[in-house]
Amino acid sequence: MEKKAHIFSLLVNNKPDVLARISGILGGRGYNIDSLCVNTTMSPETSKIVLTTTGDQATITKIEKQLNKLVDVLQVSDLTEDDSVQSEMALIRMKVTKENKPELLKAVETFKARILIMGPVCCIIELSGKPDEIESTLAHLKTMGIEDTVRTGTIALKK
Amino acid sequence: MKLTGSQIFVKSLQEEEVDIIFGYPGGAVIDIYDELHKSNFRHILGRHEQGVVHAADGYARASGKVGACIVTSGPGATNTVTGIANAYMDSIPIVVFTGQVPTTLIGTDAFQEADITGITRPCTKHNFLVRRVEDLAETIKDAFNIARSGRPGPVLVDLPKDVMQAVTDYKPVSRLSSTDPAHKPDLTRLPDVLDLMSVAKRPVILLGGGVILGKASDELREFARSVRIPVTSTLMGLGAFPGTDSLWLGMLGMHGTYFANMAISKCDVLIAIGVRFDDRVTSKIDTFAPNAKVIHIDVDPASIDKNVRTDISIISDCRPALQLINNMIKGKRFAVPEGQHDDWLRQISQWRSEGPLTYCHSSDVIKPQFVVEKLYELTQGNAIIATEVGQNQMWAAQFYKFDHPNTFLSSGGLGTMGYGFPAAIGAQLAFPDKLVVDIAGDGSIQMNIQELATAVQYNLPVKIVILNNGYLGMVRQWQELFYEKRYSHTDMTFQPDFVRLAEAYNVVGLRATRPEEVEPVLRQGLSTPRTVIMDFHVSRQEGVYPMVRPGDSIAEMDLGGREMIN
Repeated sequence: MEKKAHIFSLLVNNKPDVLARISGILGGRGYNIDSLCVNTTMSPETSKIVLTTTGDQATITKIEKQLNKLVDVLQVSDLTEDDSVQSEMALIRMKVTKENKPELLKAVETFKARILIMGPVCCIIELSGKPDEIESTLAHLKTMGIEDTVRTGTIALKK
Repeated sequence: MKLTGSQIFVKSLQEEEVDIIFGYPGGAVIDIYDELHKSNFRHILGRHEQGVVHAADGYARASGKVGACIVTSGPGATNTVTGIANAYMDSIPIVVFTGQVPTTLIGTDAFQEADITGITRPCTKHNFLVRRVEDLAETIKDAFNIARSGRPGPVLVDLPKDVMQAVTDYKPVSRLSSTDPAHKPDLTRLPDVLDLMSVAKRPVILLGGGVILGKASDELREFARSVRIPVTSTLMGLGAFPGTDSLWLGMLGMHGTYFANMAISKCDVLIAIGVRFDDRVTSKIDTFAPNAKVIHIDVDPASIDKNVRTDISIISDCRPALQLINNMIKGKRFAVPEGQHDDWLRQISQWRSEGPLTYCHSSDVIKPQFVVEKLYELTQGNAIIATEVGQNQMWAAQFYKFDHPNTFLSSGGLGTMGYGFPAAIGAQLAFPDKLVVDIAGDGSIQMNIQELATAVQYNLPVKIVILNNGYLGMVRQWQELFYEKRYSHTDMTFQPDFVRLAEAYNVVGLRATRPEEVEPVLRQGLSTPRTVIMDFHVSRQEGVYPMVRPGDSIAEMDLGGREMIN
């Protein structure tokens, strides 16, 4: 069966060990988490976790069933790309030289990124968008000298 | 009403109608023990925390109720892990209370501190660390609800010492748990099941532990008999269908009967009820029931399509699903055409006579199978049988005929040596007047032999039948078959004298070394109203057969005459 990236959105009780339970049940059964985002919801008693994983449909169904067994997991939604909006954020520290600065500024504008700080030898750029957009932007910026990056996981919300 | 945490603990147990708690005290639970003492709560003192948990587990399996136990923090808690994992694999409802260091010391590597909720996360259905005395009553209520609901399982509740000393207003919790993860039964596909069964020419029922846990044994019997479908079972399901019924095929799988494995391999419809398709059952999954449409009824959605792909699944407790099917049969809304299974039942009879469950009898040495057969004969199938793990367990499963649910207590999923004896203690406490026998090997009995003291302290007339071959027999058998007889460390060169060991514990010790001594020893042992060890020196090299080699199809069996069938 074809392997596909999947996005799970979980509504969970906001307790200290919930994340360990979720990562434990996936890791213990050999399923990898590709990305992970956690934060509280409008209600302080619950959190929302968005995690992405890759697998064929049978594997994804098994993961969903295992997640549903956890007492602190209140709801599991398997979000597809079509029925949800996805976004991710990246921070990128770039080398700044006299030579690359004009090109860099142009790229920031083209990709609707934002410069958070600009120093004499480096700058930090904030970028958000769909995961594949982030990928392609990073590929482009790489040619100009990326020093370090950090990415949030994918977040997604049903349309 | 103002109560301390410890007082709430005892009240909550009473609310849950817990009549007995197994345990082992220590510093972190000393306040709770003080309260148990004051309230005169019935407590059974084990001799090791592993034994304590297995005893609660055996109590739960025999009685169908939730087992409860309490141990201290740190090593007390970590010693419970095997017992908890054992209950988890077999879906047994127990609640394990562990002491914990005071909340102010948690995370400081305090004396006897262990992160037991972290350690047991993968082997509990759920666990709790109670940080506030105000949450205690509700947490205990939730723990019992979670343990018994849906697919049952062990729940651990970690109790810091200061929480148990703190005082709060106590009100009994009446609401049902809101954290119950059980799913509503989905019976919408029952008509499809009936359609499939009405055209089946070669159907087989495969039942598992879920039928016993779901208390659906009567319904299953009614169903199988009314449609005349032969029945096989996993190890965990033994007793759910009578071992003396003509439709009974015996256990299937790695050490299943020839005719059960053949029936599965040739059936056209497989009705699997309360099973999870463990690898010891299916062996090579691609060749398991290769021609069958599979119907799977189970309470746990995660069991459906996990190992074996099903054609129709029903997510439900076994009992309501079977009740509905039986009602449809009774209401004539479903019937199997007369004689539709006749050819199939004839074929099964033929397999039964071609490859009966048997062994080579001997008048020189005691055959272990002979001991189990005699035990069955003398008890007429009316004992509760616990087993240890290995050859003893398989011989018990093959040669004792179980007619009643909750009478076969065995570590199926985890395969825990040392399970049987403490489990027998738990079962004996649940049923003081019943005959409870632990069928043991000389290896595994030594893994929790300290519980002899528990049996004696509470006057529990548990009978231990040791099939003593001086080997770790099942591993030895694998070495014989698959490792060119290199018996690496399976020969137990030194063994204690079990009769003298019995005397040291003030229990009765008997021994048989000749076949003709088997029956007299069993008769004497079974009729002695005390704890008894019966040490049977059996044929050392005896193997468990039939045997499916790991990774082979279950249709390919070694019947012990060393010829492979098919």
